[in-house]
Amino acid sequence: MKPISHVHGRAIPFGRKNVDTDVVIPAHWLKTITREGLGRGAFEAVRKEPGNVFDDPAYAGAPILIAGDNFGCGSSREHAAWALLDMGVTCVIAPSFSDIFSGNAFKNGILTVALPQEQVDRLLEVARTDAIDIDLEAQTVTTPFQDRFTFAVDPFRKHCLLNGLDEVGLTLAQGDAITAHEARIARDLPFLSRAVAA
Amino acid sequence: MTSTPRTLYEKIWDAHVVERRDDGTSLIYIDRHLVHEVTSPQAFEALRTAGRPVRRPDLTLAVPDHNLPTTARRDAAGNRVPIADPESANQLGTLAKNAPEFGIRYISEVDAEQGIVHVVGPEQGFSLPGATIVCGDSHTSCHGGLGALAFGIGTTEVEHVLATQTLILSRSKTFAVRVDGKLAPGVTPKDVVLHVIGVIGTAGGTGHVIEFCGSTFEDMSVEGRLTVCNMSIEGGARAGLIAPDEKTFAYIEGRPYAPRGADWDKAVAWWRSLRSDPGAKFDKSVHIDAADIQPTVTWGTSPEDVVPISGTVPAPASFADPSKQQAAQVSLDYMGLEPGTRMTDITVQNVFIGSCTNSRIEDLRAAAEVVRGRKRAANVRWAIVVPGSGLVKAQAEAEGLDKVFIAAGLEWREPGCSACLAMNPDKVPAGERCASTSNRNFTGRQGPGSRTHLVSPAMAAAAAVTGKLTDVRELLGAAIA
Repeated sequence: MKPISHVHGRAIPFGRKNVDTDVVIPAHWLKTITREGLGRGAFEAVRKEPGNVFDDPAYAGAPILIAGDNFGCGSSREHAAWALLDMGVTCVIAPSFSDIFSGNAFKNGILTVALPQEQVDRLLEVARTDAIDIDLEAQTVTTPFQDRFTFAVDPFRKHCLLNGLDEVGLTLAQGDAITAHEARIARDLPFLSRAVAA
Repeated sequence: MTSTPRTLYEKIWDAHVVERRDDGTSLIYIDRHLVHEVTSPQAFEALRTAGRPVRRPDLTLAVPDHNLPTTARRDAAGNRVPIADPESANQLGTLAKNAPEFGIRYISEVDAEQGIVHVVGPEQGFSLPGATIVCGDSHTSCHGGLGALAFGIGTTEVEHVLATQTLILSRSKTFAVRVDGKLAPGVTPKDVVLHVIGVIGTAGGTGHVIEFCGSTFEDMSVEGRLTVCNMSIEGGARAGLIAPDEKTFAYIEGRPYAPRGADWDKAVAWWRSLRSDPGAKFDKSVHIDAADIQPTVTWGTSPEDVVPISGTVPAPASFADPSKQQAAQVSLDYMGLEPGTRMTDITVQNVFIGSCTNSRIEDLRAAAEVVRGRKRAANVRWAIVVPGSGLVKAQAEAEGLDKVFIAAGLEWREPGCSACLAMNPDKVPAGERCASTSNRNFTGRQGPGSRTHLVSPAMAAAAAVTGKLTDVRELLGAAIA
C-alpha cells in the first residue's frame, strides 16, 4: 500500500447523497480477477447523464471526490475502492460514509474525510474553480480562500495510511495471541472451533 | 459479583476478542468464513504472492453463486454445460482452482449442496448462533437470523481472514429495533424489514449493529428471521441479530456441520445465554407496532423508498429534506413514475422470485400458494423462480412446487444469485419493471436501465398472475386491514 500524507488538487464536485457501490461500479464490472482497470467502469450510469461532472475535462485526473451523505452504501464490493483508485482518486470527502466502504477505502490507501454538510457544501463551491488541499498529518482540509476545516481520523488508520502499512503483515505478528485464543475456544466452546460435515 | 448487563452483540463480541489494542480497536476471531467467486480472486492472489497459507481452511467454505447461469448445468448426455460468458467462466474457474490449492472445501455448481452462500451456510449447519461469520458479501448480515454476528467484508479483509482468521474491528454501537404484535395474514417477514428500513432510512443503522427484538420476531420462523437480518445492511447496519431460541436449535440440529453429541449439549447450553440481559443499554432504539405493517413495496431506487401496497407514488415535495426531494425526483424519472399513481396501477413485465433474501423453501411455498391454479398474466414476459440452493430445489420438487410454478407459466431454474444483481445472464431489460423478491432496487441493479420494485415472495407471485403490483390479500381472500 502506498503511504499517503497529503492530497492536493482538483476535486470532482459530485455532491450526490446515498451513492451506493452499484453506482460507483456496476456488477458487470466485477467479473475481473485483478484490481486494475476498473476506472473505465466507474460511475458508468452517471456518465450517461448529459453534463455530468465525471466527463468534465476540468476534473480529469482529479485526486479528490466530494459526495453527499452515506457515500458507498450497499454492496461490500472492494471494486468500488479499486475503481476510484484507478480513476486517480485518493481522497473522498462526504458528510458520512457507509461502514464497509470506509474500511475498504482505508485498506487501499484512500483517505475518507467526513465533514459537516455545510463544510462539504463550501468545498463543493470551491471545487468548481480551485484546488483543495488535504493534510492527513494535521487532519485539515484547506482552500486557497482561507477555509480551514479539521477532520477526525482513527489513530490506527492514520498511522497505517501515513506509513503505508499492510494490516495482514501486522496481524500475522500477533500469531501467538491468535493461537492462545484458539486454544481457549477449543476448550470452552469446542463446537465453534470444529466445522466438520457429517 | 454483579456484572454490567450486556446486549447480545456485546456478549458475542466479548467472546471473540483476541486482543484489545490501545487505539480502541480489537483483534476479533472469526469462526466461519464463506467464500464465493466474485470477491475472492484478488485475496487468494495476494496470499500466493506473499507465500502465505490459509490459517484455518477447515473453518472456510467456498461455493460459487453470483456468476452462475440458472439454466441446466448438465446436458441430456450428463456432460457439464460450459459457461458461455468468458469472464464469468474465468472467475468461476479461478475459485474452483484456488479453493483446493489452499485446502478449502469447494462445493461445485453441479453438487446438490450448491447454492447462494447465505442459503448454504445456515442450511449446512455451518453458520451457528454466537459465531462470528464473514463473507465478501454485504448480505452476510443474513446469518444474524440464527443469532450469529455476521457481516460483509471487502476483499482485503477476505485476505486478512484467510491469512489470520481474525479482523481488526472497532466495536459497533447497538440499535434495538423492537416490533411487537401479530402480523396480519398476507404480511410477511419481507414486509416487516421493508417497513423497518422505511422507518429508519438507509443510513439509520450506520455504525450500529441492529438487534431485532420483540414478539413479532419471537413468533417468526427461522427462515423469516434470516430474511429480516439479510436486509439489515439496507438499513445501513453491517449486521443484524435475533437472539437464538428453541426454534433456532431445532432448525440447526442434525444439519451436516451442526455440533453432535457432547458438543451439541455444550453448544445449546451456551446458546441459551445469548440474549440481551434485562437492563442492557442500547445506543439507539425504535419501536414499531406489527399492526401498522401492510404488504410493502418500493417505488424508488433506494430500499428506504417504501410504501404500503394500498398507497400511491409520493410527490418529491412531500419530503421535508431538500436533498431527499431532489433524490426522489431523480428516482421517479429513472423509474418512469408519476406522483399520485396508485401502486396497484403499476404494471410489471418481469417477476423474479429468488435471492439470498427470499429463496428458501418457505418463500417458495408462499409463492406457489398464490400462483396455484392461476396463469401468468399476458403482459408478464419473464417470470423466473430461482431456488436458493440445490437442496431447496430438491425439497420444492418433492413437494411438487416446481409443477405448480411451471403450470402457471413461471420458469423453474437452477440455484444462484441470478437477477438480484444480474452478473449472470438473468437480466431485466432497460426500461422494464420487475417485481422482485431481492434486496436492492438500485439504479441498474437488475441490468442497465432496469426498474425494480422490491416485494415479498407472495406479492411477487401475485404480480406474476395479475401483471401489476397487487395486494396479495385480494388473491388469498384475506381480510385487508
